[in-house]
Amino acid sequence: MTSPADADTEVVVAPRPRPRRGVSLGDAGPPIALVVIFAVFSLLSDDFRTLGNVQNIMDAAAVLAVVTCGISFVLMMGSIDLSAPGVMGASAIAVSLLVANNRNDNAYGLLGVLVALLLGSALGCLSGLALVSLKVPSFMTTLGVSAVGLGLATLMFAGVQPNIRDDMLDSWAVQRFLGLAYLTWIAVACVLVGWLIQRYSRLGRYAFAIGGAEEVLALSGVKVAPYKVAVFTLAGTFYGLAGVMVTSQLSAGLVQAGKGYDFAAITAAVVGGTLLTGGRGGILHSAVGVLLVTVLTNGLVQVGVSPYWQGGVQGLIVVAAVAAAVLPQRRRNQVTK
Amino acid sequence: MTAQTQVNALEVNALEVRGLVKHYPGVKALDGVDLVVRQHEVLGLAGENGAGKSTLLKALVGLVRPDAGEIWVRGEKVRLRSVVEAADHGIGMVFQEQSLVPNLTAAENIVLGSEGPGVRRGIYRWDTMRKLAQAQLDKIGSHIDPLARTDTLTFAERQMVEIAKVLRIEERTSHPPVIILDEPTSVLESKEIETLFTQVRRLREFASVVFVSHRLDEVLDVCDRVSVLRGGQSVGEVPTAGAAPAELHRMMIGSTGSDDHYHGNLAERSDEPARPRLVVRGLSGATFRDVDLDVHAGEIVGIVGVHGSGREDVCRALFGAEPTLAGEVTLDGDKLDLSGTRAACAAGIGYVPAERKIEGMVGPMSVADNMTLTKQKSRCSGPLVVPQKQATLVDKWIERLSIRTPHRGTAIQRLSGGNQQKVVLARWLVAGDIRLLLLDHPTRGLDIGARSEVYSLMRELANSGVAAVLLADSLEEAIGMSDRIIVMSDGRATREVACPAGGKPTPLDLVKEMV
Repeated sequence: MTSPADADTEVVVAPRPRPRRGVSLGDAGPPIALVVIFAVFSLLSDDFRTLGNVQNIMDAAAVLAVVTCGISFVLMMGSIDLSAPGVMGASAIAVSLLVANNRNDNAYGLLGVLVALLLGSALGCLSGLALVSLKVPSFMTTLGVSAVGLGLATLMFAGVQPNIRDDMLDSWAVQRFLGLAYLTWIAVACVLVGWLIQRYSRLGRYAFAIGGAEEVLALSGVKVAPYKVAVFTLAGTFYGLAGVMVTSQLSAGLVQAGKGYDFAAITAAVVGGTLLTGGRGGILHSAVGVLLVTVLTNGLVQVGVSPYWQGGVQGLIVVAAVAAAVLPQRRRNQVTK
Repeated sequence: MTAQTQVNALEVNALEVRGLVKHYPGVKALDGVDLVVRQHEVLGLAGENGAGKSTLLKALVGLVRPDAGEIWVRGEKVRLRSVVEAADHGIGMVFQEQSLVPNLTAAENIVLGSEGPGVRRGIYRWDTMRKLAQAQLDKIGSHIDPLARTDTLTFAERQMVEIAKVLRIEERTSHPPVIILDEPTSVLESKEIETLFTQVRRLREFASVVFVSHRLDEVLDVCDRVSVLRGGQSVGEVPTAGAAPAELHRMMIGSTGSDDHYHGNLAERSDEPARPRLVVRGLSGATFRDVDLDVHAGEIVGIVGVHGSGREDVCRALFGAEPTLAGEVTLDGDKLDLSGTRAACAAGIGYVPAERKIEGMVGPMSVADNMTLTKQKSRCSGPLVVPQKQATLVDKWIERLSIRTPHRGTAIQRLSGGNQQKVVLARWLVAGDIRLLLLDHPTRGLDIGARSEVYSLMRELANSGVAAVLLADSLEEAIGMSDRIIVMSDGRATREVACPAGGKPTPLDLVKEMV
């Protein structure tokens, strides 16, 4: 038995964790998992470990990476965003009607792309405004905005599919630089910009802080509402760009351009180590998550897992990954909803 | 002339509160409080739980708007509507539950909301930010790395960050600020407390400090004067030089007029059985160590201790709601499984949580469903709920405990606090298998009438042979209700005080053991 005196000295001399600036061990999990999964597939399949396949993986990850960049900021705040499909659909149809296409005589080129991005921003802004002014939870506002986006897209679509004839937009999906499609480089740029915003802008840092302890910001005299709206606007812009990218890949504007990207992006972000409760994770985490998910999809195909099995297997791996991520924070009688 | 104005400037009070009143439904939190904080002094604020300390502090930083009364800052009457307005007048507070964003760096927390040159056009300039924070930390002589993430710092370091943050208000006003420290020592180790005191004395050089603590020895140690609150009123001020803790205790507690309804008549109770019902040996957890405790059937044992003594955690650990590291607990000779609350319920242990609205009841659910929430079998036949069985049972208990509710189907949140608490208690009684009741502040937030009803109910249960552990809201309550009292201090059970009817200790006797 230890005497009280012993116990006290123990407390004093016990090595306490040094204040850290960099990456914590918990954050290292997803990158390690990425390396391990990559290595396992490389061992299992000759086709998987070719340079060409790595290019395929990177190109396949591009659109998801851009969507995930946007959603990461929202998740960092502890909110959720389901508006990606609607925003992407609206932006896809908008851009395909603004650049050279078979439906009208427009040929605005880059300006058309810009307008599509702004449309995305506007829809994102709408989500944010509904959240802060009507106090509707982000889950519902973004679901509603997604429907609004799909509605806009359907209106513009008007029954005839716009096929694009814009050389620039077409070339983004085809032309390569250093072995990767232009679209992939756009995605890389998005990750970089997202990281800079997260690291060096007040918007990014406050989004992080809102997820950490929103009430403390209010106590410190910070008005959080404008930052929330700005974050949703930023996210909408990323979705708008993603819609343009899909249009470039398909060479046509589809209402369904963003189908499934909402949950795919949330999955990628969470697998990368971003917590749905907010305050943890970030753009680089999400980028790793996107690669993890894409490598998984690609690898399962390469090693010959039946497509009928793939969805289920992926789901299991995702749940396992998240369980591993939250394991250190579990406590007794924790309420999980 | 200038000398004259300077003298005046020194004489004017840094902060003055006159006749502050704040009502909450059913409670008068502040009932005409007066307070004077002079320049360059450390004023202690003492008072028991519920004396109105936290409401007063919140009013001073604009988080609570008083119903009546005035706040004067340096001879000027002010209205404080937010933390920012309070800061503009040079009043800042280090909150008891720390108010830092855990996932930001210390530097960001220090400058949060007023980054100044640390952010230009929305872009962070980390180097400037670090220097700004460093300047604040230098003021208090702290060596914390400004770029360390806040959640990697120790509690004491985080407190230094908070103080550094609060001192930013110096830049909003040309006058010396007023810094409020709310229970700053409650979670610190003794060495860290020394460091904190050094800081507080340093602060006095350029600020006024309001220091709030339960520990009177600390208040006497670090403060120049102490102002005492009781029941929402100022009951006096004493200079600390030469003051004895006993004198302060008397002021805090008042005339020790314990109400009659506390005192149960235990005379008729039969002799205690030889073996205690609950035996706790060497129970240790994160916040308590080596706790021993015996409770006999029909006995109410009170556990008293200041904030941070670990008594709440011991109580929850006995119910399996808090992890334990070591120790053995037996109930009527059977070893108790502390791994979860299910085992405790099955063993006949009931827990009445302190946070009634959060942990004690399901607000929108009916009285009947709340009452049969735990002991489902009492209303079921096999896997199915039998409404008739439930109705009969619930109506019986509504009558026995005289719960005032329009109907058993009424949502519990529509009942008064006292009646809600009776339903929560009834939850453990419906099955008739209750052996030990853990009462965690069972009268919190109840008015006097409801309190006395809960008291008689507790007494009645004890007389029927239930053992009870009581964490009382006040010392008077603990003394009045308990047969024995265990004093806890810094996670250890330090003293046991017999508390029989007719031979009750005074609150003062207990406070001496607690601090």
